[in-house]
Amino acid sequence: MQRRVIFPGMLLPYLLLAPQIAVTLVFFFWPAGQAVWYSTRREDPFGLSSVFAGLDNFTDILTDPGYLHSLAITAVFSVAVTVLALVPSLLLAVMADRVAKGRAVYSTILLLPYAIAPAIAGVLWLFMFQPSLGIVAYWLHCAGINWNYVLDGDQAMLLVILAAAWKQISYDFLFFLAGLQSIPKSVLEAAAIDGASRNRRFWTIVLPLLSPTTFFLLTVNIVYAFFETFGVIHSVTGGGPAKATEILVFKVWYDGVVGLDLGGSAAQSVILMAIVVALTAIQFRYVERKVHY
Amino acid sequence: MEAAAGSGTGRRRIDWLPHLVLVLGVLIVAFPIYITFVASTLTSADILNAPMPLLPGREFVANYLQALTGGTVLTSNQGVGRMMANSLVMALGIAVGKIAISVLSAYAVVFFRFPLRPVFFWMIFVTLMLPVEVRIVPTYKVVADLGMIDTYAGLTIPLIASATATLLFRQFFLTIPDELVEAAKIDGAGPLRFFWDTVLPLSRTNIAALFVILFIYGWNQYLWPLLVTNSPTMATIVIGIRQMIGVGDALTSWGLVMATTILAMLPPVLVVVLMQRWFVKGLVESEK
Repeated sequence: MQRRVIFPGMLLPYLLLAPQIAVTLVFFFWPAGQAVWYSTRREDPFGLSSVFAGLDNFTDILTDPGYLHSLAITAVFSVAVTVLALVPSLLLAVMADRVAKGRAVYSTILLLPYAIAPAIAGVLWLFMFQPSLGIVAYWLHCAGINWNYVLDGDQAMLLVILAAAWKQISYDFLFFLAGLQSIPKSVLEAAAIDGASRNRRFWTIVLPLLSPTTFFLLTVNIVYAFFETFGVIHSVTGGGPAKATEILVFKVWYDGVVGLDLGGSAAQSVILMAIVVALTAIQFRYVERKVHY
Repeated sequence: MEAAAGSGTGRRRIDWLPHLVLVLGVLIVAFPIYITFVASTLTSADILNAPMPLLPGREFVANYLQALTGGTVLTSNQGVGRMMANSLVMALGIAVGKIAISVLSAYAVVFFRFPLRPVFFWMIFVTLMLPVEVRIVPTYKVVADLGMIDTYAGLTIPLIASATATLLFRQFFLTIPDELVEAAKIDGAGPLRFFWDTVLPLSRTNIAALFVILFIYGWNQYLWPLLVTNSPTMATIVIGIRQMIGVGDALTSWGLVMATTILAMLPPVLVVVLMQRWFVKGLVESEK
């Protein structure tokens, strides 16, 4: 789409674009290019020189049990976070759409987690579940559950999933509510007059009409779980115990910054870039006119 | 689950089920925040002696005063005042920087025709796809090479390139009626005059909406400040809290940590609550 009426000018538009293009080139294209470059290089043990290594870094990574483990964990983590965020949000949004009074109050409180940094969300959940002093950990102990996420990998995973999903509920709730409110009331009334129960109306009318929103949120939540949960992992478990919560983004950071494996980390970055591009492409392909409000 | 509501009795009764579900949901969602607040008013001894009380204690003033002025050993006795100032600079820098460069570039792309226009648009557009998290190490290297470690420039500038803001402004600019542009031209206004007098005032609500979203985004950054700051005087508050916790055991001064946590959450939470209308608009329209 283009404007019909425009301004003449040759130099001015370039000047206007310059700041953004400069920042993009320096902090986006250059590093991305370097990631691709380093991903094909291998450094000597002292980091003094590097040689071309072709796709060796990639084959190393893709055959490394540690990386495949991280990939599997990331899959579990992102699916769990997505489901745990979407289902309660949908339920709450449906209920909020039904109430006549108090919606603003409920919404305001449900939006709070959005404002909280993932790392801080991690701290809040860590504090509740800290094995020796956490209040929820205490209740779990009283219930006879042997809770110690510091030692138990599955429990650690559960905790970071809960913290990450909790933070995402705000976003999903907001979009579901907006989606529900854009459904024409006349359609629902017609169905009600025909004798369809509320339950039936939900499954046969509301949910299908909500599907663009749901699909949009599905990809957004997966992207969130993949890339924006570094803070949760870092503050709650640090990837442990024994790498049980080391999702891909955490591994890129760990291998590159702590492990100083530049080539391996860069190759992981390139793989992650490919994943984001694929997810974004899916989102644009299928959700072209996703939100219409 | 339930029969058709209001089945012809005329009078409508209050439907209690939604309120029940919502109250339950709100309680669960708010519980972690409430517990943190309670803990921020307790002594460390109260907290270590599980179970901690579920009602606020008396250490409110002491904990918050200590957090603001003294910090803990783990933060080099650095009060969180400095860290909050750093976070504020970062959040404002990112929000204002992003909005400024995006509004200019969107204006160029929409209101001018010039060679390579699609190339520039495409260059901006692809940044949508690569969050900083996936190109951590190379971006860090670039910033280090430029000598921007431990500087505010290093904290903010690499994060202000963003396609979402540019796309949002572009979409809005496309809806500005041609008549307005023609009228401006007849009045002899040049493109800069038109931008300043007409486009910018019309974009006020979009700018406010984006500001809210970007302020929260900037304030809540974690991985990036973790990488580009080494000196304790440059740490942001979100980083500082993690340092205060240490390994998260009995040695942690939990009351203090929780007071700091509340302080760290306060600015973005206030922004969301007080600017809720713009926040919702910004979120729904920028779709990310």
